[in-house]
Amino acid sequence: MTETLSGGETVVFWVLGPIALAGALGMVLSRNAIHSALWLVNTMLALGVFYVVQEAPFLGAVQIIVYTGAIMILFLFVLMLVGRDSSDSVVETLRGQRVAAIVLGLGFAALVGAGIARATQELTATGLDAVQGEQGNIAAIAESLFTDYLLAFEVTSALLITAAVGAMVLAHIEREPGSRQTQKELSRARFLTSEKPQTLPGPGVFARANSVAVPAILPDGTPSEASLATGIEPETPDQMPRPTGREQLGTPDAALGTLDPAPGGPAAGEWSTDR
Amino acid sequence: MTLTYYLVLAAILFTIGAVGVLVRRNAIVVFMCVELMLNSVNLTLVTFARATGTIDGQIMAFFVMVVAAAEVVVGLAIIMSIYRTRRSASVDDANLLKY
Amino acid sequence: MSEVLPAEGLLGASWLLIALPLAGAAVLLLGGRRTDRWGHLLGTATVVAAFVLALLCTFQLAGLEERSADVDLFTFISTGDLDVRAGLLFDPLSAIFALLITGVGSLIHVYSIGYMAHDPARRRFFAYLNLFVAAMLLLVLGNSFVALYVGWEGVGLASYLLIAFWYTRPAAATAAKKAFIMNRVGDVGLALAIFLMFAQLGTTSYAGVFGGVGTLAGGTITAIGLLLLLGACGKSGQFPLQAWLPDAMEGPTPVSALIHAATMVTAGVYLIARSAPIYDLTETARTVVMAIGALTLLIGAIAGCAYDDIKKVLAYSTVSQIGYMFLAVGLGPAGYVAGLAHLLAHGFFKAGLFLGAGSVMHAMNDSVDMRRFGGLWKKLPVTFVTFGLGYLALIGFPFLSGYFTKDAIIEATFDRDDWLGWTTGGIAVLAAGLTAFYMTRLMLMTFFGRARWEEGVHPHESPSVMTAPMVVLAVGSVFSGALLVSIFPLSDWLEPVFGEPEEAAHVIAPATIGIALTVIMLLGVLAAWLFVGRREVPVTAPVRVSPVTRAARNALYADTINESLFMRPGQWLTRALVWVDNRGVDGAVNGLAATLGGSSSRLGRAQTGFVRTYALGMLGGAVLVAGALLAVTAG
Repeated sequence: MTETLSGGETVVFWVLGPIALAGALGMVLSRNAIHSALWLVNTMLALGVFYVVQEAPFLGAVQIIVYTGAIMILFLFVLMLVGRDSSDSVVETLRGQRVAAIVLGLGFAALVGAGIARATQELTATGLDAVQGEQGNIAAIAESLFTDYLLAFEVTSALLITAAVGAMVLAHIEREPGSRQTQKELSRARFLTSEKPQTLPGPGVFARANSVAVPAILPDGTPSEASLATGIEPETPDQMPRPTGREQLGTPDAALGTLDPAPGGPAAGEWSTDR
Repeated sequence: MTLTYYLVLAAILFTIGAVGVLVRRNAIVVFMCVELMLNSVNLTLVTFARATGTIDGQIMAFFVMVVAAAEVVVGLAIIMSIYRTRRSASVDDANLLKY
Repeated sequence: MSEVLPAEGLLGASWLLIALPLAGAAVLLLGGRRTDRWGHLLGTATVVAAFVLALLCTFQLAGLEERSADVDLFTFISTGDLDVRAGLLFDPLSAIFALLITGVGSLIHVYSIGYMAHDPARRRFFAYLNLFVAAMLLLVLGNSFVALYVGWEGVGLASYLLIAFWYTRPAAATAAKKAFIMNRVGDVGLALAIFLMFAQLGTTSYAGVFGGVGTLAGGTITAIGLLLLLGACGKSGQFPLQAWLPDAMEGPTPVSALIHAATMVTAGVYLIARSAPIYDLTETARTVVMAIGALTLLIGAIAGCAYDDIKKVLAYSTVSQIGYMFLAVGLGPAGYVAGLAHLLAHGFFKAGLFLGAGSVMHAMNDSVDMRRFGGLWKKLPVTFVTFGLGYLALIGFPFLSGYFTKDAIIEATFDRDDWLGWTTGGIAVLAAGLTAFYMTRLMLMTFFGRARWEEGVHPHESPSVMTAPMVVLAVGSVFSGALLVSIFPLSDWLEPVFGEPEEAAHVIAPATIGIALTVIMLLGVLAAWLFVGRREVPVTAPVRVSPVTRAARNALYADTINESLFMRPGQWLTRALVWVDNRGVDGAVNGLAATLGGSSSRLGRAQTGFVRTYALGMLGGAVLVAGALLAVTAG
């Protein structure tokens, strides 16, 4: 066919190519794993469009449905289960790891890119019209898949069922029969052993805001770390009137509180944010 | 514009994925980077299918997707079970097998 | 040497001679404590049966025209050019040895039943004795030097086991080790001689070696002869390897009687007599044999004069008497028969003397110190009489066995009529006087004089199971000499082996020598009476003595010489080698190991356990591969 591709494709490439790259970089660079996942979805969608453009509409659809739809949702589910922890920190603990990785990555990209550029300078797009003919892309894939690649296809089905069973085995928690505690036992255990038998304070209670990132203010005016979900970076609560102890109230006017920090308690905003 | 652009883009995406594997510590993010590398390979396969005029490249990409799906399921289950026992999803925390 | 014929009839079963005691040893050793009650009876029975069989075989042999029987058994070793057939040679020479071993062995087995009656390990003792008899019979009956060597090592092993029979005594364990190691020195000589025979002649059988030895160069024959002599010296306690034999008296007395007096120590004489066709061809080796014999008989006689230990005196006497035998066989054809006759007579009277000594020790609570004996002739009449007859036979009292056999040796020595003959003959005559001196001293200190017993010792005569063998041996001591020299001449019996005895031209008339020896003997006895019998014997040995006595007490410093010549340099060499090994070899090896270990542990640091580090390595590898591919395609 031709060495140069059509103008429309060029436009698509130059629009979506940077988007795909930005998605990839964003995934690696963003601190929050959920952001990473969303950046990856971005890249995958761009790649799906590339597939469609490159005469692979079936793969493009599968990319969008299976990858960005199913697999990334699975990632997000696991992220929800695991939550965020110190692994999200962007501080590098291995000495020289980041520098070495970047240097080697640049070297690799340069070498492979140069190799590809050298080898495929005159690469012509033959196109799939001859192969697909009248029947179209899906029928062509199906024909090849169920004839030449039938064995691989069947083996893949075995792989999938094995993976499903394996995931169940790995995720399953074995409990001894009868070891499940009743609600009564659970509450008794909590009251006997725990220093804090009541429920944890919800975020935002007595705070100025209702955001999950705002810690609850305890009756003595200190923010409660226990009210925050893991992985949430707390915001500094605004200065606000805080209730004080009954004995300190004195007059009813005084019961309304002041803007001064509670005597003896830590000043607002003093509590450590780096946990 | 030629097909080479697609290939170079795929190489850059692959490299970014590889670097991500090296610098990120969250096992799930590392896993995502692996997925990105697989995707870039898929792009290469599709591009070469178009260049050579055969459908086999697309078949390969299809199989890669299927295998990736299976791998994600098992891999995430492993991450889950490690997290349950060690309370950590960091790949650096699982470092007992050493000198 | 006459043609050997395949054995027929009873002679074909002569392998049973070896098999019987061997089976006895096997049963006793493997049977363990189950055989404790009847083990000694079985051990004695096998040896007695072997003696009967040996007698029958000898009678049949006497009837054969060729008087030699070859019993081919099986292929022992077959490798390359070496093809050793295990076989037995029953000829007059092995017959007299088989009779001596089984005969004296039977008597000593019977004696041991009584002597070892109270020893908890009596079964083990009989097992070892049987093992010894089997090995000794293999030594004398084998038809090749390899078979002889197997028996040679077997008796060495049995000797070691029996010397160390009371292995809880440090002295016994040390003596056994000494005997074993000094025997090894001799055994190396024997082994080298056998190698030399195989290398030069391609065979080790008696027939092959003696048939082909004439074709060898004179130097080779002399080398073989000297190496065989080294082996013989080791086994027979001859100079310079004589020091182990007196120490071997740490073993039970029946062992001293059987192994270290009558049989095993005469194996060296047997070896030289058996190798007569080799020695006949080498004058040099025979001269050395004679010189060693003469030197040893003098050393033994001098050392025997100084010791107070009854068994040690007898041991040095054995050394001395075997020296006479070496002197005789060194003479060549003229002396073989005389030497063997003395060997047989010595087997009788020395075994009897040892058994008598054992009986005395039995009576004296196992004491061996003659200074604490005395006046025992009344308490131990049977022992006294039998011991006395053995004594008279040993010192050459006229018409007892020693008189005939020793006279014959001295006669034959003088008959050489050259400087060597005169010198060695003179030494032999002098030693005969010394023999009379130290044996008389032994008799006087043990049986006569005042009783110097320790507290609580109540001498009593031994049971008849012990005295009966002593009586038999005493009878043998009295008559064997006359029997072997005059009535049934040994020279006729051994004629198929050593050839027709030639009528020697006597330089000195035999009667003159007989009278002279008797006079010398009487002088020795008289000297002993003057020095020992006349005076009171001190209970402890005098300390202020002449240098001669001191030297004699130290066995002429044989141990000191051995130690300073061989042991000390050996120790220095060992220490030097240990030092080189520790510092040099070990240093190099350990250094290499430490280097490797250190670098390994340093390299192991690369295994940080961080997956990302490993992944970095993988990416680095991928970069290298990509670069290499590019370089190749671009280039």
